[in-house]
Amino acid sequence: MMETREISYVDAGVEALQEEMRRDASIFYVGQGIGKRGGNFKQSRSLWEEFGDLRVRDMPISELGQVGMGVGAAMAGARPIVDIVFLDMVMEAMGQIVEQAATIHYTSNGKFQVPLVVRAAMGSVRCTGPHHSRCFYSWFAHIPGLKVVLPASAKDVKGLMKTAIRDDGPVIFIEHKFFYNKKGPVPSGEYAIPFGQANVCRKGKDVTILAMSLMVWHAVEAAARLEQEGISVEVIDPRTIVPFDEETLLESVRKTGRLLIVDEAQEFCGFSGEAAAIVSSKAFDDLDAPIRRLCALNTPHPFNPILEAAMLPSVDSIVDAVRRLVAS
Amino acid sequence: MEISPDLVLSLYRSMQRIRKFELRLQEVYRSGAMPGFIHLYVGEEAVAAGVCAHLSREDYVTSTHRGHGHAIAKGVGMGETFAEIWGKPIGVNGGRGGSMHIYDPSCGFLGTNGIVGAGIPMASGAGMAALLRGAGQVAVSFFGDGAVNNCAFHEGINLAGALALPVVFVCENNLYATETPFNRVTANTNVASRGAAYGIPGIHVDGNDVLEIYRVAGEAIERARGGEGPTLIECATYRHLGHFEGDPGTGYRSKEEIAEWKQRDPIERLVQGAIESGAVRESDFLGVEREVDAEVEQAYEFAKAGDEADPGTVAQFVYAPERP
Repeated sequence: MMETREISYVDAGVEALQEEMRRDASIFYVGQGIGKRGGNFKQSRSLWEEFGDLRVRDMPISELGQVGMGVGAAMAGARPIVDIVFLDMVMEAMGQIVEQAATIHYTSNGKFQVPLVVRAAMGSVRCTGPHHSRCFYSWFAHIPGLKVVLPASAKDVKGLMKTAIRDDGPVIFIEHKFFYNKKGPVPSGEYAIPFGQANVCRKGKDVTILAMSLMVWHAVEAAARLEQEGISVEVIDPRTIVPFDEETLLESVRKTGRLLIVDEAQEFCGFSGEAAAIVSSKAFDDLDAPIRRLCALNTPHPFNPILEAAMLPSVDSIVDAVRRLVAS
Repeated sequence: MEISPDLVLSLYRSMQRIRKFELRLQEVYRSGAMPGFIHLYVGEEAVAAGVCAHLSREDYVTSTHRGHGHAIAKGVGMGETFAEIWGKPIGVNGGRGGSMHIYDPSCGFLGTNGIVGAGIPMASGAGMAALLRGAGQVAVSFFGDGAVNNCAFHEGINLAGALALPVVFVCENNLYATETPFNRVTANTNVASRGAAYGIPGIHVDGNDVLEIYRVAGEAIERARGGEGPTLIECATYRHLGHFEGDPGTGYRSKEEIAEWKQRDPIERLVQGAIESGAVRESDFLGVEREVDAEVEQAYEFAKAGDEADPGTVAQFVYAPERP
């Protein structure tokens, strides 16, 4: 076993960036307020001091321009990381992500690679309203050519960031704001976490919960409570939804016969539906009850804290959903 | 600037290669042999030829939906380009891209593009990569008047200005975005003047005068290579044909206007000027023309002989290969 230390999620991400940027001089990092300021969430702290203005550069509020610049730089042999800070603002850059970054390797017949990381944080934290809370990751998963990463722990954010930077294609790297100051054990030595390998966060035998990002934490807490009621819950974090580790999920469902999918994004046309379709088409005979989904309600994010709580899944609503699933 | 006979003939060859390629393509397309649709560059050849004459294979170009001329002038093989537009596996991108998705890393050609304006910030990115590498490369972005009211224009050029990137932005102002006249969609039709908005030089040039484009582009590219930052060049030009092959191009443009611009045909102007001044003999032009005719015919034959695609390859290249 590798030695670990307790460091925060945000610091683990910074470590990955530092180590990779020291290793490879073609990596550069751009974004709004990521230079001397060190990032809105301190997610680029100390990089500007170490790597200088050419490789760590503050950007104007030009999301499309920044990502377009990233695409061109990647095609010309650099390895850009474009930090859009809030996932909501990535919408402004969708044309470059979908039509250019995702497509060029394919349409060029493999002649051009686009090793680009688009980094942003999602999720609702402290009532940030509809323009600073959203969880659009399913949108990217729908686009062939993009990989979509959702790290849910300090260890994972470092290991997955390294893999994202080393990947020769475009990666959408989506952190959760809730996690940034949360500490966790992180290996002291060099490591990378491959894409497409789910993490079984908790073993169980009665119900499987598939959860992404913050919902992994809620699911683990719900599982601890349910254990006291005698319900044994297995929690699976896919870590990357593209590529998606179907096998780990199917294996779990074959064992438990029951699946709850918890998603901070809206249910309709979301990734939760895709995961349900995979399980129902590949493990239907192993299911003892219909697959259940617990997702954000199909509304924009309200600012009001009471309304927001009513819109999002919570530990309580997960516990409740599992109880009903076990009873069915 | 010294204008040698060799330079004149070289620019003439570059323009004729594009012109004759496009017209041959038009024939094949009209015969019904070619899938999809194509946007031809006939009438605007001076821009690609005059600018690309200064670029080496290590420099970068981003292009547009009307981009065959940029590809050929930048050095993408003519036969491979013809085959690509035809959708053949021997095309430069295996026929997976077609007219609006032509890419060639061997000569820094970062793509024709189906999205108006998209190549502008991409060129800034290539400029950024060039700056990091420090080998004196430049990036050129070609785009039309239709792109200059798009945020990609604003954001891409502003970024290049802010970072003093080695990029030259070349607007081919052909007066119409598809069918919409430029003066109906902006209160500032002086594209060159927009350079001031980003603190960079903006220069207006006669886009049908290849020698003038060659001169202005040379200065801008030299500035970029010298670390002095980007330049915006507006080339006033005109497409002789419709927006796409099949569009007669006359519903929204008067016959007089089209005829007037054809009088200013960039190829004829170069030839006439050079013959009148005695710099180049007519027979020299004819010699080049014959060579280009042969080259275009060879490109056509190469493309025509290509096999059809294998449907089994459809899922290749979605993701970059895993590293060992």
